[in-house]
Amino acid sequence: MSLGMVFAILGAALSTALAGFGSAWGVGIAGQAAAGVVSEDPDQFAKVLLLQLLPGTQGIYGLLVTFITLSNIGILGGEPITDVNKGLMYLFACLPIAIVGLVSAYHQGRTSVACIGLVAKKPDQFGKAMLFPAMVETYAILSLLVSILAVTNIK
Amino acid sequence: MGDLDYVYAVARIRVKEKTLLSDMDISQLVGMSDAKSVLNYLVDKGWGDTSASGGPDAVLAAEAQKTLELVKELKLDPAVFDLLAYPNLYHNLKTGIKEICTSESNAAAFYPDEKYGREQILRILKDKDYKALPEHMREAAERAYSVMLETRDGQKCDVIVDRACLDAMEAAGRKQKNKLLRDYVESTVAVTDIKIAVRALRTGKSLAFLKEALAPCSSIDVRLLAVAASENEDALLGFLETHGFREASEALKDSPSAFERWCDNRLIETIRPQKMNSVSMGPIIAYYLARQNEIKTVRIILTAKENGFSEEATRERVREMYV
Repeated sequence: MSLGMVFAILGAALSTALAGFGSAWGVGIAGQAAAGVVSEDPDQFAKVLLLQLLPGTQGIYGLLVTFITLSNIGILGGEPITDVNKGLMYLFACLPIAIVGLVSAYHQGRTSVACIGLVAKKPDQFGKAMLFPAMVETYAILSLLVSILAVTNIK
Repeated sequence: MGDLDYVYAVARIRVKEKTLLSDMDISQLVGMSDAKSVLNYLVDKGWGDTSASGGPDAVLAAEAQKTLELVKELKLDPAVFDLLAYPNLYHNLKTGIKEICTSESNAAAFYPDEKYGREQILRILKDKDYKALPEHMREAAERAYSVMLETRDGQKCDVIVDRACLDAMEAAGRKQKNKLLRDYVESTVAVTDIKIAVRALRTGKSLAFLKEALAPCSSIDVRLLAVAASENEDALLGFLETHGFREASEALKDSPSAFERWCDNRLIETIRPQKMNSVSMGPIIAYYLARQNEIKTVRIILTAKENGFSEEATRERVREMYV
């Protein structure tokens, strides 16, 4: 296996690993808060479940970038990489979703925890509570777009 | 435990906060015609133990017990829990000393406590087994007990134990990493010092008494407070106004009950920011203190109704609520 291929696979692995790590943390911490609310008020289950799931999207974005990368570098399809520079390009193309996915999932998890507390006290404010963690999502989506554009345009 | 370990507990507390009495609830209680109506309103809100209708004391005791059980269930750091229990612990010590020295039994005056309840405190004092007490209590227990035995001076005994309690709280509070706890302890010690100074002034106590009774803390210079309180009311009011306690001075000018109200409201102001905190043990401590404040306020209203106080006089005595 060429060094270029090693870099490209590293990029693919990092996008799933780091974004997935962030999502696991975010969903986990929001899940603890959700469990606390449901233990006292089971009627809020559906609302807090949605808030818990929000930090989970980064992991999916990372997975998507990994699939696209693997489809381009000769693992799931495309031509195998022999050039080191090209391998490095794939690695750097994967970094936006890997890094921003990790950081945004962490912050989205904490925002979800705060918003679960908001729903616990004022269930009728659920709509507004959903917006706050959704704002953090913006940056995960931006990094996903950059990673997809970069990976698909490497010639 | 780190702050994030309290996420589950804080979420539970957020739901529980919905059941706390608001200022509007309190206003409604004050406007009721008698203690029975107040009690019925509270029972409708889920207060007390529905299986037993033992009157106001039973309802309030059941609420205090529920709060204690909830906080224990949420696995609050034992050191923090101990610190919050210091006033009850020292109260039990004082009551125990007085019970032995006066031979007047009053089991209801003790706070229930697994380790330092009535039986344990009485045994420790009778056996002079002070080592069975927490370290910070030992010296004060020995001194207060011997002073009470020799002089039968209950007030002197109170001063020794109360001062030891404040010193222990201040020392334990300083070691706490949690800002709310540090602020709570600081505020409690400072407010208690002011309370002592006010009472000493009104009963004409000496400077020596004040020096012995006042516990040092960082937000108030107790030496200057003692001097002011040993002079006259104007000197004390002046001290309070120039040392960041203008509201206390105004409340004092208003009435003694307005001053007592200010003392408790200041504590509520200290814990109020915890309503916006979603992690850390702060909201749990704040809930515990808010419940204590709530129970105290309900007790004031019930007592006022039982003794036929006017609505206005009752309103002057009720505390601000946390929510």
